[in-house]
Amino acid sequence: MSAVEQSVLADSPSRELMQAAEQRAGALPSLDRRSFLKISGMAGGGLLLAFHVGSEALANGAPKGFVPNAFVRIAPDGTIVIYSKGPEIGQGIKTAFPMIVAEELDADWARVKVEQAAVNPTVFGRQSAGGSRSIPMAWDQLRRAGATARAMLVAAAAKEWGVPESEITTSSSVASHAASNRSLGYGDLAGKAADLPVPDAKALKLKDRKDFKLLGKRITGVENVEVVTGKPLFGIDQVVPGMQIAVFEKCPAVGGKVQSANLDEIKKLPGVTNAFIVEGNGKPTEVMPGVAILASSTWAAFSAKRQLKITWDESSASKDSWSKSVEDAKKLASSQGPESLKAVGDFDKALANASVAEGFYTYPFVSHAPLEPQNCTASFKDGAVEIWAPSQTADAALRLVAGTLGIPVEKVTIHQTRVGGGFGRRLMNDYVCEAAWISRQAGVPVKLQWTREDDMHHDFYRVGGFHSFKGGVDSDGKLVAWQDHFITFTQDGEKPALAGQMSGDEFPSLLVPNVRITQSKLPLATPTGWWRAPGSCALAFAIQSFLHECSVSAKRDHLQFLIDLMGEPRWLAPKNEFALNTERAVAVIKLAAQKGGWGRKMPKGSGLGLAFHFSHAGHFAEVAEVSVDANRKLTVHRVTVAGDVGPIVNMSGAENQVEGSVIDGFSTMGLEISIENGRIQQNNFDSYPLLRIAKAPKVETHFIQSDYSPTGVGEPALPPVAPAICNAIFAATGHRVRTLPLSKEGFSV
Amino acid sequence: MRLNVNGKDLDLGNIDETTPLLWVLRDQLNLVGTKYGCGVAQCGACTVHLNGAPTRSCVLPVSAVAGQKVTTIEGLAAGGKLTAVQAAWVEHDVAQCGYCQAGQIMSATALLNRNPKPTDADIDAAMSGNICRCGTYQRIRKAIHAAAGNTHE
Repeated sequence: MSAVEQSVLADSPSRELMQAAEQRAGALPSLDRRSFLKISGMAGGGLLLAFHVGSEALANGAPKGFVPNAFVRIAPDGTIVIYSKGPEIGQGIKTAFPMIVAEELDADWARVKVEQAAVNPTVFGRQSAGGSRSIPMAWDQLRRAGATARAMLVAAAAKEWGVPESEITTSSSVASHAASNRSLGYGDLAGKAADLPVPDAKALKLKDRKDFKLLGKRITGVENVEVVTGKPLFGIDQVVPGMQIAVFEKCPAVGGKVQSANLDEIKKLPGVTNAFIVEGNGKPTEVMPGVAILASSTWAAFSAKRQLKITWDESSASKDSWSKSVEDAKKLASSQGPESLKAVGDFDKALANASVAEGFYTYPFVSHAPLEPQNCTASFKDGAVEIWAPSQTADAALRLVAGTLGIPVEKVTIHQTRVGGGFGRRLMNDYVCEAAWISRQAGVPVKLQWTREDDMHHDFYRVGGFHSFKGGVDSDGKLVAWQDHFITFTQDGEKPALAGQMSGDEFPSLLVPNVRITQSKLPLATPTGWWRAPGSCALAFAIQSFLHECSVSAKRDHLQFLIDLMGEPRWLAPKNEFALNTERAVAVIKLAAQKGGWGRKMPKGSGLGLAFHFSHAGHFAEVAEVSVDANRKLTVHRVTVAGDVGPIVNMSGAENQVEGSVIDGFSTMGLEISIENGRIQQNNFDSYPLLRIAKAPKVETHFIQSDYSPTGVGEPALPPVAPAICNAIFAATGHRVRTLPLSKEGFSV
Repeated sequence: MRLNVNGKDLDLGNIDETTPLLWVLRDQLNLVGTKYGCGVAQCGACTVHLNGAPTRSCVLPVSAVAGQKVTTIEGLAAGGKLTAVQAAWVEHDVAQCGYCQAGQIMSATALLNRNPKPTDADIDAAMSGNICRCGTYQRIRKAIHAAAGNTHE
């Protein structure tokens, strides 16, 4: 595997989870060897397209005559149920996945019903949402699931009419034979198709893109009506019989243990049914020590939690201090780091004959802050646990919970609920493990409900970091020298903190002849994790802003500077179409510039900024238009986005992701999580002020629908936002933003 | 104590009257469309109508609303027909995760009830109490304008 391929993998959240899921998927029988499953007992007959599953999967709570681990079920009345295997976290996958199946099936979308699949990776393969990988990893699987069903319906029609299959066409859930003017609906064919052998899926011809009827259209979300009428879709809405509400108080400095607590007092409070110390297993990703309170209502539980008096043993607890880390990083800025990430060419020599830019960049820790605070419902009984979880990685949670509780994985059942925001927070399943543990210890079903403050204090934060850059542009205007001393954090003294690593091949080092990248690591105890577009979400701010410093120092137009930097059309990792392609990069840069009106004269106090970044196999360039008043109050008027993620599955969903990424990217420029004495200093949305509607810029989205395989769009539009806005601030004011949040540079939003 | 929710008079029995309306709706009445987001009236996910006015139910003790008219997201679509605001939300595909949208719709509905033709500035003022973490603000704005058109048809 090349370094770039590794870096492509490295920028994916939950790399280990992905690899584990891929291994499981790889262990599945290939599609062509899966046998078609006929369910004679299915109500009313009909065609159930399932892949042959073992008794283990069937035993997973499946009622007789119905197997939930199928992608397609067609009822005799023509109703088509398509099962969506992944978690819906706001990325629109519950609409996009079934669209892919329906396209190859030629299903009448108006009559398709979508249901959430059971969590069973043995049957479905990957059932996670992360790394913008849902679409690329399921694309072929879902197309072939739809195409297999269609092929069998065609075969059934051909047999019925005694005509060759090649003469049969399908459209909108109807099979037709034009020569004899006959047609039958899929419902009519379902029973007959169910008796036929399963075709070799690999031999099936999938549609040409030009023949797509559904994919690429604007399709509204399949749960929109339920959302706008307030139906119980989310984790927090789950209710099971006999359930108690649980709250859980952990040490505000991670690693602290309970020495004592006023449990007797707490147990006497109204509505409280139990209170106890949870020893936990000391793993922040599973169960840390704390005090659990059970109550008959959420309010009783929250009220009791406020009365808790816990004495913590903080001898092994975090003493982290962000302000000290900032001071330590500044001291390192002028030197090289002790570890070399990349050294090519002769940086010093190249710099000697170049126009030189220098800058020290700082970005803070940030929180995911999904609007639905962490919660999970769990019922532990007789050595088995049933869980209702708003998780991004329910497939991984199966094994994690089994490990935490020391029970076989077969004894864990997880139901995926709709998720009130992911952003990477729910790649971790700590709250799932806690709910299972507390249910077991209490002996009753519980809904564990975190408060907003719990959510902000016990996140896996986007790690802060520092970059000390030097760059050199030669007399031809080319970037010839690039130096970055990357100062990150480490929790174990060896590896960089989770999602705080940078590849030596990080952009633009593969495009520059003389490169020196070194690394230092500061100690850290605070847990960190994957935050939307991990790595890139922070790196792009520093790198793409400093690239603009380089072009400014050489008095070059940034558009042409970026185009020149890309050079000849090529893949930066040969034969890897998930790597950066310079031709695709140039195309989105030019399109963003054209649509964003790059080069037009702006009034005083206003400016345009351009930035590119490649992440998660997506090429994105963005132009921000800003104005700044005399008091450094910033307004972002418009962000124009050009992206290439291949063909678009659902145009409405894809545009929504881009619009959301721009708002998220801008919002986060005003936010920070600071840490002192191991404690998170922010508590709620008053001290972590997410962007509100009045400050939201207009977002204009343009896709280049290239012929490459489709890739995900939940993340790659985010990284260019901050540098585009910072480059625009420079154009408007001459002030270079090198530290986030913006308040550190005297700007307000 | 008694409460009128979505047109129905309800007897809450012997309840801790300091309980915020939000938790009475969610835990006791099983009206879970109203959401918990922050508990301190910062995010607006818990927005309901109190006598028609948008109100943050997470900080409102139920004792303060005894005998008054509460409308939740579940009470908007009378007879199963979506309101103009709800229909615009569906048509413009506003939601991403959808968690905040009940609160957004309650604020938008109250806005249009008192100002049938809001400007962008009116929308900003009326909707600034509602956070959307997914960033669907552009679509919220479009949907409100669309619903405003609908109400005048």
